[in-house]
Amino acid sequence: MFEAIAFYLFAILTIVMFTITVMSSQALYALTSMAAGMIFISAFFFILGADFLGAIQIIVYTGAVMALYAFGMMFFDSTRTIVEKRANPALVVVLGGIAAVLVLAIVVAPIVGMTATEGAYPIDTSVGNTQAIGMVLFTKYLVPFELAAVMLLVAMVAGIVLAGKKMDTSLTLMDEDEIALMDLSSEYETQEEGH
Amino acid sequence: MEITLTHYLVLSTILFSIGLVGVMRRKNMLMLFFATEILLNSVNIGMAAISHYRGDYTGQMFAFFIIAIAASEVAVGLGLLVIWYKRTGNIDLDQMTSMRG
Repeated sequence: MFEAIAFYLFAILTIVMFTITVMSSQALYALTSMAAGMIFISAFFFILGADFLGAIQIIVYTGAVMALYAFGMMFFDSTRTIVEKRANPALVVVLGGIAAVLVLAIVVAPIVGMTATEGAYPIDTSVGNTQAIGMVLFTKYLVPFELAAVMLLVAMVAGIVLAGKKMDTSLTLMDEDEIALMDLSSEYETQEEGH
Repeated sequence: MEITLTHYLVLSTILFSIGLVGVMRRKNMLMLFFATEILLNSVNIGMAAISHYRGDYTGQMFAFFIIAIAASEVAVGLGLLVIWYKRTGNIDLDQMTSMRG
């Protein structure tokens, strides 16, 4: 009974929040409503018994991804109302049809596949969720785990190189007056860009 | 009033549709990234639900890797977007037409 109440409450909240994210013309409203929706989604993971996944959802999405978007929005002009314009309605109709067929396949596939054999890694109730996740992750999924680690490292290096300024000069190897000169020149550049 | 797997799959489908609507109607690149995050999250709900109702950890594992991919996608995508904004001053999808055939 309580599971049903929790499910419907969080389902309505999540749908409303994500609808605001998609429909709002203010970037700030979209960002905050999406952060709320991410928190509400973690509630489903806790209901489903996937405690570790729920904690990761809160930490990674609302902690890291949302903070990254908030910093990204500081670069852009987020106070300006976003202009949406429809140029090609026929394309939207075709894409919508393809999307509807795909969604139908997604919904029907588990019903068709219900006769499949028992899962490869059955849930172990004798230990907690986090411990069981660790045992599966570090034995059966070790290679994808390491590949994901390398991918995250590549993404971090890419983010630093793309967004960082003056990566070709090293501040640790320069003299003090050189750094002061560089600060002056960069201030001059920003003033030039402002005009 | 039992909550079954179908409930979760219907919810996942509704959220996925909201994300698709966002991908199709947004012209601002930042808003487009928001919509892709909604898509990835809706799939995560379906994965966790199937993992619970079939008694199998595979769905949760896939959800973890989806979260890792989403995090790296945001890092690289925002880096590219910052560079584009520095060079052109806007992040509208319609004006990113530098490759003319």
